[in-house]
Amino acid sequence: MRYAMAIDTKKCVGCSDCVVACQTENNVPLGYCRDWITETVDGSYPNVEIELRSERCNHCDNSPCVRCCPTGASHIVEGGIVLVTHDKCIGCGACIESCPYDARYSHPEGWVDKCTFCHHRVTKGELPACVSVCPTKCMYFGDLDDPNSEISNALKNRKYKALAPEAGTKPQIFYLV
Amino acid sequence: MKEEIFISGRDIPYIDPFLNIWHWQIPIYLFLGGLAAGILFFASLYTILGKEKEMPTTVKWAPFLVPGALVLGLFALFLDLKHQLFFWRLYTTIRLESPMSWGAWVLMFITPLSMVWVASYLRELIPSWNWKFQWLKDAEALAIKNRKPMAWVLMILAIILGIYTGILLSAFNARPLWNNAILGPLFLVSGMSTGVAVIMWMSKSHYERKVLSRIDLLLIVIELFFITHMIMGSLAGSQAMIEAIDLFLGGEFTVSFWVFVIILGLIFPAALEILELRGYKVPIAIPAFLILMGGLVFRFIMVEAGQITRYLY
Repeated sequence: MRYAMAIDTKKCVGCSDCVVACQTENNVPLGYCRDWITETVDGSYPNVEIELRSERCNHCDNSPCVRCCPTGASHIVEGGIVLVTHDKCIGCGACIESCPYDARYSHPEGWVDKCTFCHHRVTKGELPACVSVCPTKCMYFGDLDDPNSEISNALKNRKYKALAPEAGTKPQIFYLV
Repeated sequence: MKEEIFISGRDIPYIDPFLNIWHWQIPIYLFLGGLAAGILFFASLYTILGKEKEMPTTVKWAPFLVPGALVLGLFALFLDLKHQLFFWRLYTTIRLESPMSWGAWVLMFITPLSMVWVASYLRELIPSWNWKFQWLKDAEALAIKNRKPMAWVLMILAIILGIYTGILLSAFNARPLWNNAILGPLFLVSGMSTGVAVIMWMSKSHYERKVLSRIDLLLIVIELFFITHMIMGSLAGSQAMIEAIDLFLGGEFTVSFWVFVIILGLIFPAALEILELRGYKVPIAIPAFLILMGGLVFRFIMVEAGQITRYLY
């Protein structure tokens, strides 16, 4: 089993629904967010290209945050989801430094927080909150090991990219381009 | 033109607009750790070489600063933690892949061992000192008898501690300025140089100072050589590494790096030491202070600058 997410940059309108859904679902403290929207503008008028991306923890296969954690608080559970055990985390910030995506932050209560792929929902067979609310249905979530899953199909027919693959982290969020 | 913005709004404390999760505590700790490693390395080296008599400050007196430096450094590290009451979690696991775990465990051993080392010389420093309990007296006798094996252990631990202060940073591939394999040896040599500076400053023996200032000169040359390698290595690297090292070559940290670290912290004290070896009278406090200042500023700059460098996508 390998959970992953694909996001269609051609369908995303950057409405930030995924951001708000996550903040509500996961009780993210005010002023913080586990996912966010990036807009990349390339070129100049009249040849401008815009790309919208909903970004979050990439739940990397080769996750530097898990590697550098001195206590084992950052760990990988079934399906490749990277999680943080709150009462093992000492808040040293090493994982925050190690993340090429700046996907982690220091929770006001001290431990380090980030996207969990909505682990609590996914294990019940539901979709992550961000995916379930997307009004343009531009996000696909599922098991990469299952060739018939929604995400496997999404990646079959389209060109896609991942963010900073040169960082060697083997990110598992794919952007359909 | 390429522009990238967050359109959902993101202003997370310590993360946006640029990362600065590590503040003054980390460079202070890296400095004190390197300093302690430097002093302990030379104290154990000259014990192993059997030169306690010729180098009394190196072997006996300067190490008295070490437990204090290590405890202060550890306290700075503790202040840096955001979930402080769980700090003991460091000692419920050994994570070989994590430099910080290595550091925590090395400190766990080197701190008490340096205290034992110092305690074994306490009665030489304060002749009227009385250990009061018989078991303490027995322990002291045991420590004095085993100084040589203790020196071997201390020397190895000191090298690990000194290198670790650099590897702590260089292991982060996400921060291109840090992600440079030379950082471990560079921080080790820099730490040794600050350690020697302190010993030199404390020493009253002319012979000892002369030996130490020669060692220090060599360490400074090696350090300059490593810094050149760091810059060349980054310039020969990916775009992310080139942009990272550009912070020192025309970017935000150019002046502080070249003036305070390279010129005032390395070249100028080296010149003073050369003058002194040639027979000119130079108050030892000046080069010693400059080296310490340079080492401290270097660590502040590396920690600050490294955090704002990142992968580009």
